[in-house]
Amino acid sequence: MSLIPTIGLEVHCQLNTRTKIFCGCKLIFGGQPNSAVCPVCLGLPGALPVLNREAYRLGVRAVLALNGQPAERMKFDRKNYYYPDLPKGYQISQYDEPLGRGGWIEIDTPSGIKRVRLHRAHLEEDAGKLIHDQSPEYSHVDLNRAGTPLIEIVSEPDLDSSTEVYEYLTQLKAILKSARVSDCDMEKGHLRCDANVSVRRSASDPLGTKVEIKNLNSFKAVKAAVEHEIERQTAALAAGEVIRQETRLWDDNAGRTVAMRSKEEAHDYRYFPDPDLVPFHVDAVIVEAERQAMPEMPRQRRRRYVESLKLSDYDAGLLSQEREVSAFFEDTAARLGDIKAAANWMIGPVFAYLSAKGVTLDQTRLSPDLLSALARLALDNKMSFQAAKDKVFPEMAESGTAPEELMRRMGLEQVSDEGALDVWADEVIRENAKVVEEVRSGKDTAVMFLVGQVMKKSKGKANPGKVQTLLRSKLSS
Amino acid sequence: MSSFDLRHVARLARLHFTDAELKPFESQLSKILGFVEELKEVNVDGVEPTSHPLAVANVFRADEPVQSLDVEPFLARAPKARGRFFEVPKIIEDRS
Amino acid sequence: MTLARKTAHELRELYRAGSATPDQTVAELKSRIAAKDGRLNCYVGFDAAGSGVRRNVPQDRPLWGVPVAIKDNICVEGQEATCASKILKGYVAPYNATATERLLEAGAILLGRANMDEFAFGSSCESSCYGPTRNPWDAERVPGGSSGGSAASVAADLAIASLGSDTGGSIRQPASFCGVVGLKPTYGRVSRYGLIAFASSLDQIGPFTKDVRDCALLTSVLAGYDPKDSTSADVPVPDYLSEIGKSVKGLRVGLPEEYFGKGIQPEVEAAVRSAIEKLRALGVEVRPVSLPHTKYAVSVYYLVAPSECSSNLARFDGVRFGRRSEGARNLLEMYERSRGEGFGAEARRRIVLGTFALSSGYYDAYYLRAMRVRTLIRRDFEEAFKEVDALVTPTSPSAAFKIGEKSADPIQMYLSDIYTISANLAGVPALSMPCGLAQGLPVGLQLIAKPFDEQALFRLGSALERELAFPRSAAREAA
Repeated sequence: MSLIPTIGLEVHCQLNTRTKIFCGCKLIFGGQPNSAVCPVCLGLPGALPVLNREAYRLGVRAVLALNGQPAERMKFDRKNYYYPDLPKGYQISQYDEPLGRGGWIEIDTPSGIKRVRLHRAHLEEDAGKLIHDQSPEYSHVDLNRAGTPLIEIVSEPDLDSSTEVYEYLTQLKAILKSARVSDCDMEKGHLRCDANVSVRRSASDPLGTKVEIKNLNSFKAVKAAVEHEIERQTAALAAGEVIRQETRLWDDNAGRTVAMRSKEEAHDYRYFPDPDLVPFHVDAVIVEAERQAMPEMPRQRRRRYVESLKLSDYDAGLLSQEREVSAFFEDTAARLGDIKAAANWMIGPVFAYLSAKGVTLDQTRLSPDLLSALARLALDNKMSFQAAKDKVFPEMAESGTAPEELMRRMGLEQVSDEGALDVWADEVIRENAKVVEEVRSGKDTAVMFLVGQVMKKSKGKANPGKVQTLLRSKLSS
Repeated sequence: MSSFDLRHVARLARLHFTDAELKPFESQLSKILGFVEELKEVNVDGVEPTSHPLAVANVFRADEPVQSLDVEPFLARAPKARGRFFEVPKIIEDRS
Repeated sequence: MTLARKTAHELRELYRAGSATPDQTVAELKSRIAAKDGRLNCYVGFDAAGSGVRRNVPQDRPLWGVPVAIKDNICVEGQEATCASKILKGYVAPYNATATERLLEAGAILLGRANMDEFAFGSSCESSCYGPTRNPWDAERVPGGSSGGSAASVAADLAIASLGSDTGGSIRQPASFCGVVGLKPTYGRVSRYGLIAFASSLDQIGPFTKDVRDCALLTSVLAGYDPKDSTSADVPVPDYLSEIGKSVKGLRVGLPEEYFGKGIQPEVEAAVRSAIEKLRALGVEVRPVSLPHTKYAVSVYYLVAPSECSSNLARFDGVRFGRRSEGARNLLEMYERSRGEGFGAEARRRIVLGTFALSSGYYDAYYLRAMRVRTLIRRDFEEAFKEVDALVTPTSPSAAFKIGEKSADPIQMYLSDIYTISANLAGVPALSMPCGLAQGLPVGLQLIAKPFDEQALFRLGSALERELAFPRSAAREAA
């Protein structure tokens, strides 16, 4: 039985501020437990929250980057529930007057570009951390993370496969990073995701019962969990079961979702306006300034690469995704004066190297200066492209040594000297009389064999283009 | 307001009541809720709610770090702590 | 032994003249406390840490050497702050409230922590886990509440002045019952940072003093913008002391008819009306006004305040500080037992009421509707202040009642706040001052002004005070 899945995502993203959302404690990762805490984020009696201006600014920026509308008036509400990682017994969040509404994210699908609509975005504070593995009888509370500024981005249920989910997350991350809203460091938990999944028989049916999946700590986990949940619901319906509205946890090790233990009571968060915080009226001047200062988004960049730089859409997509990569590419292209060659160097050797090493550009010793110098050597036939890519490039990426020096040190300079080439060409013609005859009698492709022989004699240093020209002129005369 | 379910609300508020306390509390609360019923007679159509008596808006702080609390003396007086952690009974309920 | 009887401004003069020292004042107060407070129970603790005084404050600071009592819900670094609740016994505040900080900077000596109704829930000071405070005028009677200890300590000359907090009348009603001056400033005038919250949109810290001049003096120290409190107002603080003794001729005051209706004790009404005649004699124009939604104020208050408090008190969960019940088998039981055993009856009543009013299915009918009626109450004041500079009302419908008289009936207790609650809902400043006696007990008169117009209260209050010659000494004799 094949059913139509409907998926919506709620993504929590840590904002790139220095301090917490409602107090001046630093945001730290790791570090001693309970070392970045104060009366406000410990929820001590009498302490009061004051909103971090930068958290607000970054929130507005995120909304704009996602094509949404910053609300003219927003306020904070309390979401009341008891949990040891929630110091005040409520989370400061936004209920009915959030930071922003609407917007969309474009994703690539086999049938073309798809716009995934966004429902809303709101600001909230993160909870602390609970540690369960220190003792069989007790859990332990570390509140360093409590009060970390988050933006929650809620999509409409516009996604219909795990592949689209993955693509959505990839694009969302690229946008938030490009807008400098968040570092989006998955390892540090900067992006966390809940997925709402339902299935139905046909697109004209009403939406099926929604199941919420939590505990998704990586894009891969989201994809796997959504796939699994679609299968689970499909199988359940096939077996005549009814899907229950519930929350399920993803077990990454077991590769399945499991129902959460049912609560003693229904959730009732008793949202109400936080009387310790005042409303916020959006300043049109600030919004306009943010709009003006907005860095180029990956999609815009991609369009520009296709339209102005005449790259293929595929290449443009690869080069536009991350701000650092794009900047590196554009700088290299400018130095080299050859867009296509710069693109090929990036997509070929550079990407292969990064993915093999599992690093990002800033973790290598590569620079646009070095890469363009290397590309120039190959373009000018100072050495072969093959040698530049396979021999010099990896060494240059590791050591940061100038490519000319590496070329010389490795003895890879191409021989374009007519005298030396002449000698090798004559030898090869002499030694391969049979092939020479074939060429002369019109079997043009045979010339490549002769080129190969010259290359062999030169131990790879001969410039193959020149060799071919030389041989052709000798054989046609 | 005879339908007032004290047990349910008390659970939401994480308050333990002994059986002996339940009845009198329930009847007192029902009386209070009966008293505030008078608000139903007020016409509030189109009236904005007041969550703050005064119209203050847009209050921010700068994104500047301040000294965090020296937590050790505080932990020393905590109901239960271990090392630099607060300690609670092992969590078996799932989070809301 | 006379220093304990002095006001803060009188002490300043004596210190300046070199005829007394702060040590002498403190010593006198301490010996009075030793003699009297066993019975009155104004204080729940004293400054053991030495953090109640700041060294090297220059003598020209406004409260230099003035001993002050602080309500037990205002944090002083290194000292206990318990809100007179079992759940917070032993809790030591690791930071100063902004009000505390301002007093210390002004040179005040924080003598000790004043008794109160548990978490400020009450109008009689009977719900304290330390036992009730008694009224210095008649020890069988309540001092009012919730800031009963703060009011009684000043009335009995066990402190020169004190701080309280007022959410629905918790400064003005005990000031009225104890025959002292008490001010609830405009919402946002005094920082709430470090005041253990009861209802955040209503709470304000304010002073108890022996006269209106001291009230202006303390208010000028406490008032002002605080970047740590988002709800604190960035409005300049005028020179309050310059209002003292100014002419009130030509000022217009309104008598809201709803405050002189049924339920008021006749002697209370008589005392207030006679004081109003004195104002008229001073050239004040007196006219009737109406605040038509007054009758709903108690209902609005008893939905809004418990709703906010149910959330504000969620942090008392036994995880990080305060009381945790022993032997809980799991987390849920730890929460329910710690809170169930730690909170007293009135606190539990209000938490449950507020939790209910915010809960799914009831929010619109209770909490939201109350917030809308609150808007109407606020507008009543806006309308009235188009015509008058201030309102004059009784502070409470009765003088101090007997201990135990109302503690069994929450609604009767709530109704004793009927004249004070509206000012909190509307955020306007209001001052209670003694205006006479009813069967030998003090009667309070309430002056209410526009937001941030505390000056009008001090000007009218000080002018009236001179005309009344209230017999304050009766309290210390009785005590």
